[in-house]
Amino acid sequence: MSFLSDVIAATFRNATPLVYGTVGETYCERAGILNLGIEGTMYAGAFYGFLVAETTGSLLLGLVAAIAVGVGAGALMGVLTVSFGTNQHVAGLGTTLFLIGAAEFVNRLQYRGSQEQATIDPFGTIDVFGIEALSQYALTYVAFLVVVPLAWWVLMRTTLGLNIRAVGENPEAADAAGVSVARTRYLALIIGGALMGLGGAFFTLAALGSFTLGIIAGRGWVCIALVIFGRWRIGRGVLGALLFAGVYALQLRLRLLPALSDVPFELLLALPYVVVIVALAVSGRNVSYPGAYLKPYRRA
Amino acid sequence: MTAGGATPPAVQLCGITKRFGAVVANDGVDLVVERGEVHALLGENGAGKTTLMRILYGLTRPDAGQIVIDGRPVAIHSPKDAIAAGIGMVTQHFALVKPMTVAENVILGATGGVRVKLDAAARKVAEAAERFGIRADPYARVADLSVGEQQRVEILKALYRNCRVLILDEPTAVLVPQEVEALFAALRRLRDDGIAIVFISHKLYEVREISTRVTVLRRGAVVGTRRIADADDRELASLMVGRPTLAVRRTESGSAGEVVLRVDGLSVGSRGGLEALRNVSFAVRRGEILGVAGVSGNGQTELVDVLCGMLRPAAGRIEVDGVDVTGSSPAEVVAAGVGRIPEDRHAAVVSDLTVAQNLALEHLDGFRRALQLDDRRLRRHAEELISRFTIKAGPDDAARTLSGGNLQKLVLARVLSREPKVIVVSQPTRGLDVAATEYVHGELLAQRERGAGVLLVSEDLDELLALADRLVVLYEGRIVGEMPAAEADPERLGLLMAGLAEGVAA
Amino acid sequence: MIGVRLEARAAPARWFDLAVAPIAIAVTFVLTMGFVLAAGASPLEAYDTFIVEPLTSRYTGLEVLVAATPLLFTGAAVAIAFRAGYWNIGAEGQLLVGAIAAAWAGTVVEDLPRVLAIATMAGLGALGGAVWALGPALMRVYLGVDEVVTTLLLNPVALLIVTGLLNGPWRNPETHFPESERISANAEFPQILSDSRVHLGFVLALAIIVAAWFVLARTATGLRLRAIGLSPEGARFAGIGVERLLLQAALVSGAIAGVAGASEVAGISYQLTDGISSGFGYTGIVVATLGGLTMPGVVIAALFLGDLVVGADSAGFELGVPSQLADIVKGVLLLVLIALLVFRHYRVSLRRAQGRGRS
Repeated sequence: MSFLSDVIAATFRNATPLVYGTVGETYCERAGILNLGIEGTMYAGAFYGFLVAETTGSLLLGLVAAIAVGVGAGALMGVLTVSFGTNQHVAGLGTTLFLIGAAEFVNRLQYRGSQEQATIDPFGTIDVFGIEALSQYALTYVAFLVVVPLAWWVLMRTTLGLNIRAVGENPEAADAAGVSVARTRYLALIIGGALMGLGGAFFTLAALGSFTLGIIAGRGWVCIALVIFGRWRIGRGVLGALLFAGVYALQLRLRLLPALSDVPFELLLALPYVVVIVALAVSGRNVSYPGAYLKPYRRA
Repeated sequence: MTAGGATPPAVQLCGITKRFGAVVANDGVDLVVERGEVHALLGENGAGKTTLMRILYGLTRPDAGQIVIDGRPVAIHSPKDAIAAGIGMVTQHFALVKPMTVAENVILGATGGVRVKLDAAARKVAEAAERFGIRADPYARVADLSVGEQQRVEILKALYRNCRVLILDEPTAVLVPQEVEALFAALRRLRDDGIAIVFISHKLYEVREISTRVTVLRRGAVVGTRRIADADDRELASLMVGRPTLAVRRTESGSAGEVVLRVDGLSVGSRGGLEALRNVSFAVRRGEILGVAGVSGNGQTELVDVLCGMLRPAAGRIEVDGVDVTGSSPAEVVAAGVGRIPEDRHAAVVSDLTVAQNLALEHLDGFRRALQLDDRRLRRHAEELISRFTIKAGPDDAARTLSGGNLQKLVLARVLSREPKVIVVSQPTRGLDVAATEYVHGELLAQRERGAGVLLVSEDLDELLALADRLVVLYEGRIVGEMPAAEADPERLGLLMAGLAEGVAA
Repeated sequence: MIGVRLEARAAPARWFDLAVAPIAIAVTFVLTMGFVLAAGASPLEAYDTFIVEPLTSRYTGLEVLVAATPLLFTGAAVAIAFRAGYWNIGAEGQLLVGAIAAAWAGTVVEDLPRVLAIATMAGLGALGGAVWALGPALMRVYLGVDEVVTTLLLNPVALLIVTGLLNGPWRNPETHFPESERISANAEFPQILSDSRVHLGFVLALAIIVAAWFVLARTATGLRLRAIGLSPEGARFAGIGVERLLLQAALVSGAIAGVAGASEVAGISYQLTDGISSGFGYTGIVVATLGGLTMPGVVIAALFLGDLVVGADSAGFELGVPSQLADIVKGVLLLVLIALLVFRHYRVSLRRAQGRGRS
């Protein structure tokens, strides 16, 4: 019983940054833009959130900084993919390279010469009735109870959401109906970026309390896969995030079993990624992408 | 320029000019549309009708000119401005978001607030249905609707925004004759309600049936405006073309030869799951043109795709000159002697490669010398074909720089230079001007003379009647009628295309 | 009110192809000046150290070639794949698996003649990279799964395999460091010049690039490959076997990236370490894009970026500017470049709002 509740608690905890990232990326892709800047945005959110929290002493300001960085990253992608209409794969990868490089540069400037690892007092968990599975960070509760339903409602029941879906499916139709394709895409990218920054900050401001290089370790890419796996629907994407986090939590605990103690733990660490790839193979065949996916829009 | 009378005209376009590079699409166009009239914009493909209306709707900005709505000059920089000025437009390729419902499409851009109120939209949709006889189910997915129903959704979108000016761009191109009647009935009711309707068309008989006045455009300029009652067809036609139209017509040839293309029991599942072709059988003989009539969306695309090797049939058999090519790849189909001229000529070439490369693309191996490609032979081959088919381009020009007509000539050259036994050709003159159309028709007839078997799929009844020796009609994936050209006329074909008459199960 | 819009050009601007790289580099320097100043150095000094200095001495000049070697491989690998329209973002992982294969091979070829041993290193490196590229390629061709995600996800997996091996069964038994056993001497890539680290890998990379250029530019296969990348529909219609060629392009791309890994093992470190790649696979994307996806372009871009890498190291201890500036420059250069590339087919037009016109 304890093993199970242990795994469940860990699943929700590990899924938190993935949920932020996947929901954020879903917004971008529903509007027709593949945002490969997610890995860099989460990285920047993690670092700058930590930097601001460490220098000002305020975790809340750190969160604000992380969101602000995410917004900036989304706007950068907007300038490139919407206003200039560049190739989206390369724009996203370049953004990721730039954001990670810049974060590591500032990290080196700020913390070089310091002997010890800088740390902060991270957010604590909230205890609910002493149930282990429900002992989670506020950011986790916010993710599952606020962000997910709110994101779904905005996408499916508001004008902005309608516009985002239209713009990603058939931008000519949206334009002819008087919807500003550019403005809608920018908004989708900014919302997505803010969520991604927040997801990155979870690592440094909640889970770990410190920043290390390689802290995101490809989880931004996992979110990209989860969006496809979720067929660009918020609910399904979150399910995918839980699946990945669940396998991850499981392998951490499986390691402790005597039978598997000889298996190098890296192999088990790779398991979740492989599971996602297999999931894509099984369910990702010939999925119908949003109609205008990857195509820049220019009124003739 | 303004008509006398108290009420100003609904729309006045003054001196509209628009250039695309070296091409003048609109040249100082003046146009007046009154309230409560159906004003037709007549002209052949490329005359500038669509460009003019796109300017009115804010999809394009003119280089010069002024727009006056209800007597007041307005600045229209985007569809939003046009909608605010009371203008609505139904484009040729519908501006609908297929996965969304009718109601969602209708309120897109006009939700009036943060929340999306679908019930309010549904109610208004029902109101419009009552008033104008334009019926649509607000909760149906647009992707599931027929083409005629989708067009109705487009009109409802404009009505939802209380448009007083409605532009329709070639609305009957995708409709069966019976649906055209329904559309015209609706337009008459809108007209009687005071709405100004601009009706773009290149079909004289429709213009005569529905419009009040007609303005003829040719090469971007207005060549005349008439009340329809005062104009006769010959005058309008010659205004459109600028010279008496020469129609290329086939002459009765001798009897056709043996069967060169046989299709038996062909069935294809469409990409949506429903069967696109059901048990289709026909034969084409040497030296004959078999015309396939039908409104687009009844299986023509799938039929041509299968014959081109781009789609695998679920059942059936295809034989070219006795050789089984069922399920063959494009390369195998070409090797069997089939020449393919598809409806989307842009999908048949690689736009960023040169004319020479595209001309050789189907059989590159024939141009090899040792390990390399022989550039000189490639170029000579291109020069020959350019001259023979009068393509206005150089061998090293990128295919994307070619005009529609020249691109079609490139495809023709690539195909016909191999002297194929069977030619499968679909919508060959869509979007081409009169000269290019005549050229294509001439080439097809020449191939017939040479003894090739030609399968001509076209939505243009005039084209089919002019060229085909025999005709079949495709409706909902089935062949519903077969007749020699002598027994074919537009009315009979129209009924078959709509799925009526001649013992066809509904 | 003046509005700014992008309008399509009738034909690509002629001055463009020559001017775009220098302009991109200049704009990048302006944009990254802020970082240099934040580090307390003068921009001109920094750029001098980063770019010009490495070319001033024989030693550092040759180090540039060493740094460029893996980038020549990965740049070529990525360019070939991108040309075919196959978005291989997994060069990093393919390189690592190639390195793994070569590190293993290096310990079992001690009895072979030198030439054969070296060939085995390169060959197994290619095989490793191709194997790692196979999964995503098959998934793309037969299942229609986007290769961007699958190749991308396999990168961290490859890294995990490397660290797993180095912390586990391949941990050096003598030093107990996470590094593999040293490869035997006959498997080493020989040094070309006695006084520098430039090794056979550099020559091998150039040879592969020449071969790739020949195939792409002068053969029927190359034209078909380019056709697929430009218009898959048009290529399929013309009878080109799109699936087969895509698979081939993906595997060749992976193989070349794998040889990059083998080259680093056999020519530089002589063993597998977890620092064997400093993002060469991702930098390869920058190299390919900067080189306009052409082989000659890849050579120039790889040399330029190799120059940056060497300069970054000295900038680190000479000026106190963190070497990560090179990564920043790589990212910004890529972004500036693709933004500028838009102007090849579009131009900026300023319009005054429509109001009065002639009537």
